[in-house]
Amino acid sequence: MTRDSQPELLETPRQAAHRRIINLLGPMIGLVLVVFAGGIAEQRMEGSLNYWSPQNQCLILTQTVTVAIGAIGMTLVIISAGIDLSAGSVIALAAVASAWTVRELAPAGLAGLGGFEAVWVPVVAVIAGVAIGCLAGGANGFLITRLKLAPFIITLGMMTFARGAAKGIANMQRIDAPLNWISEFTAANLVLFRTNFHRVYDLPLLGEVHIGWVGPVAISPAVVAAVALAIGAAVLLGRMRFGRHVFAIGSNEATARLCGIRVERTKWLIYALAGMTFGLAGVTDFGRLSVGDPTTAMGKELDIIAAVVIGGGSLSGGAGSVFGSLIGALLMAHLRNLCVHLGLPNYVQEMVVGAVIVVAVTVDRLRQRRRD
Amino acid sequence: MSVPTDSPTAGHESERAATREAPLALRMIGISKTFGSTRALVEVDLDVRPGEVHALVGENGAGKSTLMKVLSGALQPDAGRMILQGRPYAPRGPLDARDARVAMIYQELSLAPDLSVEENVLLGAEPTALGFVRRRHMRSQVEEALRLLHHPDIRPGARVGDLSIGAQQLVEVARALAAKARVVVMDEPTSSLGQADTEVLFEVIRRLRDSGVSIIYISHFLEEVRAVADRFSVLRDGRAVGTGEVASTPTSEIIRLMVGRELAEMYHRTPHEIGPVVLDLSALTGRKMPQNADLALCRGEILGIAGLIGSGRTELVRAVFGLDEVVSGQVRVDGLSTTGWKPPRMLKRGVGYLSEDRKTEGLAENLTVVDNLTLSRLEPYVSFGFLSRRRAREAAREWIRRLGIRTRGPDQPITGLSGGNQQKVALARLLHQEADVLLLDEPTRGIDVGSKVDLYALIGELAAQSKAILWISSYLPELLGVCDSLAVMHRGLLSEKRPVSDWTPEAIMRVATGGDASSPEPAAPEPAAEAAGHTPQRNASESPDPHPDEEAGE
Repeated sequence: MTRDSQPELLETPRQAAHRRIINLLGPMIGLVLVVFAGGIAEQRMEGSLNYWSPQNQCLILTQTVTVAIGAIGMTLVIISAGIDLSAGSVIALAAVASAWTVRELAPAGLAGLGGFEAVWVPVVAVIAGVAIGCLAGGANGFLITRLKLAPFIITLGMMTFARGAAKGIANMQRIDAPLNWISEFTAANLVLFRTNFHRVYDLPLLGEVHIGWVGPVAISPAVVAAVALAIGAAVLLGRMRFGRHVFAIGSNEATARLCGIRVERTKWLIYALAGMTFGLAGVTDFGRLSVGDPTTAMGKELDIIAAVVIGGGSLSGGAGSVFGSLIGALLMAHLRNLCVHLGLPNYVQEMVVGAVIVVAVTVDRLRQRRRD
Repeated sequence: MSVPTDSPTAGHESERAATREAPLALRMIGISKTFGSTRALVEVDLDVRPGEVHALVGENGAGKSTLMKVLSGALQPDAGRMILQGRPYAPRGPLDARDARVAMIYQELSLAPDLSVEENVLLGAEPTALGFVRRRHMRSQVEEALRLLHHPDIRPGARVGDLSIGAQQLVEVARALAAKARVVVMDEPTSSLGQADTEVLFEVIRRLRDSGVSIIYISHFLEEVRAVADRFSVLRDGRAVGTGEVASTPTSEIIRLMVGRELAEMYHRTPHEIGPVVLDLSALTGRKMPQNADLALCRGEILGIAGLIGSGRTELVRAVFGLDEVVSGQVRVDGLSTTGWKPPRMLKRGVGYLSEDRKTEGLAENLTVVDNLTLSRLEPYVSFGFLSRRRAREAAREWIRRLGIRTRGPDQPITGLSGGNQQKVALARLLHQEADVLLLDEPTRGIDVGSKVDLYALIGELAAQSKAILWISSYLPELLGVCDSLAVMHRGLLSEKRPVSDWTPEAIMRVATGGDASSPEPAAPEPAAEAAGHTPQRNASESPDPHPDEEAGE
């Protein structure tokens, strides 16, 4: 066999490593650009720099939690070449379910109960939220694999179904649950440090800026929980057999089947796990609002899907990363926060987010084309 | 034991002689399989010895793939049994086949492009502990398999989608090795490989064989069979019609076994006169195929294009019709260059195309007969921007009568018609759009015999109306029975067109399979030489000529 008959790698190992880094860096660079340009825009328009303050940056982290947790599950689904449109509704369903649980178990409020109940009633509520998410996701997976219908259709149905169920449980109203530790858990009360900058600075490039960075810099404990969950999901996807099968199914389902992977069971599990993350996201939503609102998280599924795609997930399957998705979620939160800081009305916010979703999907297509 | 070893070349012969005495690696006995009314396999027997490359050959649709699906457990036979390594074997799915150490390597690569080489090699059989993939274990198993392939240059960590097609094919072979397969089925493994990669693969096949693995090698390409196989079996129309040693059987004998059909009395010729050239291709080259195709089609001529599936025939007509990109070369219709024109202009110019893919491309499945028939030319029924459904329906009724389409009426959904009648509607559409040059891609595929006979007669009548017909078919008897002249395609190269009387089925198959060109048969020595010759010479000698033949096709 001659040397020139050897099949050649299209990429050297070094190039492959570079590409992987660029793929992960891409969303990161996008985020940095948004933050950088946002600060400059704020200075120009408002003369202040509150958007850049550590207080605000940590506030954004806290605000991202719901979308970020949902994006972890959605990453699994999208890597397997599926989609879950029911995410937003399942979040609402779980929020209502956990609020209902707290209200039913402690109708008089938790203050009057002993320490034991004050701890365990909300725990039961969290479990209820996650369980109902798991149920909805499991139903999605079951129907997708049994009816052999497109995930788009099944989860579209679930989107409406779960929203209806949420309204049913809440009796067409919001459920006011007594205050409990879930609210504490999702509120920004984990103080990292304090800053005290309060004057007019003359900065290079930016010129004269009013800076008022005063007070504690705090995140919510839920941010830590979300990061821990993400690490767990990344290990699941990268190091465990199940995770690699998720990639195999998204990359080439027929091959996965030929190689003896139990495609149906794996898919079923993917949607159930995703449903659990949506359930957990719903619990954080309930904690943040401290009511169970059946109309919450309308359209949140699009933010979540956009976060995954921005983070390198491919809608045609086989590609995606949990940390990329987290960065994507952060980017979406930054855009919304930035619009507030620039004093732009709500409708502009929505238009910007819509445009970003289209851009993200276009970038996904371009990435796809380059690979072929 | 099952792992191929690098045994020195000396001693191979004695080893292999010894294995001849050993029990068979695989016996398939009386395998039958019926799909609806089609008998795909009829009591097929196949014996494969340990440590041999056994070629399974036959025309498209002869039942080779069905037989291998039975072997891999993807299909359950209606009758028959299998004995693998002396034990009964009845797989119910791919997992059973793998457990029995039978591996399949498919024509379409079955790899997950986003996963790494090692993950693909061990896909579904990853070494794990508590659900965690044992990377180090995985790596060493895969490195071992790649070393046995003599390809340690393929990095186990590389993403498979980033490898060349040849390297991807080797990854599939590595998968079979890692599964410690005793019987490896390769279904047209070279169809997507270039010459160099094919050589590499043959090396690997020989090494596998020498280590005692049995390989069932499916191919149309007899040159490959000769290069790599020890024995062969021929399937024709779902039956095993012959088996033997490759070395002691002339290629012509294998071809005869593959073709073996008689020309039936179903080809009724309508007398027709051949006129001037209407469609003229010079050095037409597409993105991948065709390569430097020269062809002249005359009015009143029925020109058949034979060749195997994937030889580039469809790409040729798609390039002519403007559906695929023309990289170089010329298409002329009535002397006017139409190179690079899009289909709507080609339609106006009187060129019509009938797709081989009736279901997804040829017909609009959820529309009615009249909609499908008039779709490409609605102008006659439109006045002031409004479509007169009544007039369109009347016209459709006329075509239904003229072509003898069996339908309840113009408003019947197209899916309610039989395959043959659907095809007549598709053909009626070309006639309705007043096409003079008809490009027909496998018009008789999947339709019943009666409809075929109708279509043959219709095509003859159209030629008599001095329409020009380019007819792609994989069914040789109909080409030989109906056409005036024939050209054959092989891997993107189009042979010279010759009168049909100059061709025999054997000669066509020899050109189509790139068979041995050095032992020409008297019937058609030149086309064979043509196909074996490569593009460069043709390129140099013919492409400068801008307008090759004015009087072709007499």
